[in-house]
Amino acid sequence: MTDIHSLAESVFREESGRIIASLIRISGSFDRAEEAMQEAFTAALVSWPKHGVPANPAAWVTTTAHRKLIDAGRRDRTCREKQNSVRYEIESSASALTESEEEFMHFPDDRLRLIFTCCHPALNREAQVALTLRTLGGLTTTEIARAFLLSEPTLAQRLVRAKRKIQEARIPYEVPGPERLDERLAAVQTVIYLIFNEGYTASSGDGLIREGLCAEAIRLGRVLCELLPDDAENFGLLALMLLQNSRSVARVADGALVTLEEQDRSLWDRAAIAEGLTLLERILRPRQPGPYQVQAMVAALHAQARTSEETDWAQIAELYEILFRYNASPVIALNHAAAVAMSAGPEEGLRRMDDLAASLDQYYLFHAARADLFRRLGRRPEAIEAYQRAAALVTNPVEREFLRGRMRKMECESVQDGDERDYPVTLSR
Amino acid sequence: MRYMMLIYTRESEGGPSPEEGARIKTAHRVVIEETARKGILLAAEPLSPTSTATTVRVQNHKPLITDGPFAETKEQLAGYYILDCENLDEAIEWAARIPTACKGSAGCIEIRPMPGLPRDD
Repeated sequence: MTDIHSLAESVFREESGRIIASLIRISGSFDRAEEAMQEAFTAALVSWPKHGVPANPAAWVTTTAHRKLIDAGRRDRTCREKQNSVRYEIESSASALTESEEEFMHFPDDRLRLIFTCCHPALNREAQVALTLRTLGGLTTTEIARAFLLSEPTLAQRLVRAKRKIQEARIPYEVPGPERLDERLAAVQTVIYLIFNEGYTASSGDGLIREGLCAEAIRLGRVLCELLPDDAENFGLLALMLLQNSRSVARVADGALVTLEEQDRSLWDRAAIAEGLTLLERILRPRQPGPYQVQAMVAALHAQARTSEETDWAQIAELYEILFRYNASPVIALNHAAAVAMSAGPEEGLRRMDDLAASLDQYYLFHAARADLFRRLGRRPEAIEAYQRAAALVTNPVEREFLRGRMRKMECESVQDGDERDYPVTLSR
Repeated sequence: MRYMMLIYTRESEGGPSPEEGARIKTAHRVVIEETARKGILLAAEPLSPTSTATTVRVQNHKPLITDGPFAETKEQLAGYYILDCENLDEAIEWAARIPTACKGSAGCIEIRPMPGLPRDD
C-alpha cells in the first residue's frame, strides 16, 4: 500500500508537469486541468492496489484525467443547455475533448507552451515563480510555501490571482513566435535562475540552502534544454546551476558559511562538475554566446581549480568584463573589481570599488567585499567599519553570522594576520 | 476578446512640437487603418486634456463637483482604443504601436480586457 503511495508520488514528481500541460491544452483551463489530474491521482490510489499497477502509470493517469475532463465537459454542456446557454470559457476546446483519447505517449509535449504562459511578462515575477513551480515542478503547494516562507493561503491566493489573469486577460497558451521568442525565453530563464538562487542563498529564513528549490530549478533547466535544444543559453543556464550547486555540500559546515577558499574541495560534487563542463564544451563550439554561458564559465574556472591558489583570477576578471557588456550593472562591476583585486592586488580592486560607492551603498556585498580587501591590506579600522555596514544590511542570518565573525576576528587579532590570503565575499559563494 | 487600450500621456503646456504632433497623428492613422482593415477596430478616440475634466463624487446623496481629474498623477488619460484581439499577445503588439506623446511627452498604454456586462442568471 505504501509502495503504491510512493509510486504515485514519484509519478507525480516526474510526470505531473507533462500531464498537466496536456490537460490544460485540452481543457483550456488551469483549474479544470488541475482538478482532473487530482481526481485521476486519487483514482489511481483506489484502482492500482486492486487491479495492479499499470505498465505506464503516467499514461494511466493522463488517460484517466482526460476522461474526467470529458465527463466534466459533458456535465457542463448539459447544464448550459438547461440554463439557456451561458457562454463557456473556452468553446473551441469542446471539440478537442470528444475527439482522440489516445495514450499518454501520443500526446504532444505541451510543457513548452505551459512554461511560456507561466512566465508571461504580463504576470508579476512572484506569480511567474509560483505558477512555474506549481505546474511544471514536482513540488506541492505546501512545499513551495515553505520554501518561500509564505503561508499556504498567501501562496494559494497568488496562484488563484495569476490563473484568473491568464483566463480573464487571455494570456495565450502557446509558444511565442520567432519575433518574440528570444525575449520571452529570457524571461523563462530568469524565472528558473531565480528559483535556483532562492534555493542557493535564501534571502531570509534559517537554512542557507534549500536543496529542494535548487534541485527543482535544475530539473526545469533540463526540461528547457530538452524542449529548446537550439538555444545555447539554455545549456549555459543549466551548466551554471550544476557548477554552482556542485559546491552546496561544502558551503556550509555546522550551520556556518564556508568561503570558497576554505571549502573542502573533496566535498564538491564531481559528477555535477563533469556534467556542467561537458555542457559548456558542447555549446562553446557552436559559438552563440550569452550571459549565462559567461557566468557558467566563471563557475567552471572555480570548479577546475584544484586549490584556491590555482584559481585563474585574471581570466575571471576578463569574463566579468564581458558580462558587463551584456548587462552594465554595478553588481557585475563589483564582481569584476573583486576579481581584479585577486589578480592585480587589493589596492587596484579598492580603487575600482570606490567608483561604485554611489550605486551600491545599500548593497551588503559591496561593503563585505571592501571589508575583505581592507583586511588583507591590514587596514583594520576601515575593515571593521565595512564589516559592520555589511552585517547591518545583510538579510540572511547565516551570512550575517559569518560577517560578524570576521569582524570579531579583526577586532581581536593583531595587524600581522591581516595579510592572510582570502577571497572577496562576492566571489566566495 | 475585446481590450481597451488606455492611452496615458504626460501633459505639458503647449503639447508636443508641430513636427512631433504630425508624427503622432500619422502613427494613429496607421494603427486605425490597419486594425479597421483587419476588422478588429471597435473604437478609438482622443479625450480633451485634464484641464477640461470635472469630477463628480456623490456624498450624502448629493453630487460633489470638483474641478480637474479625480487624482493628480504623473501621466494622464488622453484617449483610448477598443480592439477585438485574439489574445493578450496580439493586444500587446498593437499597444506597442500606439503613440502616447499626444499631449506632451510619452507615457504608456494600459491594456484592460473587457469582459462585457454581467448577465443575470
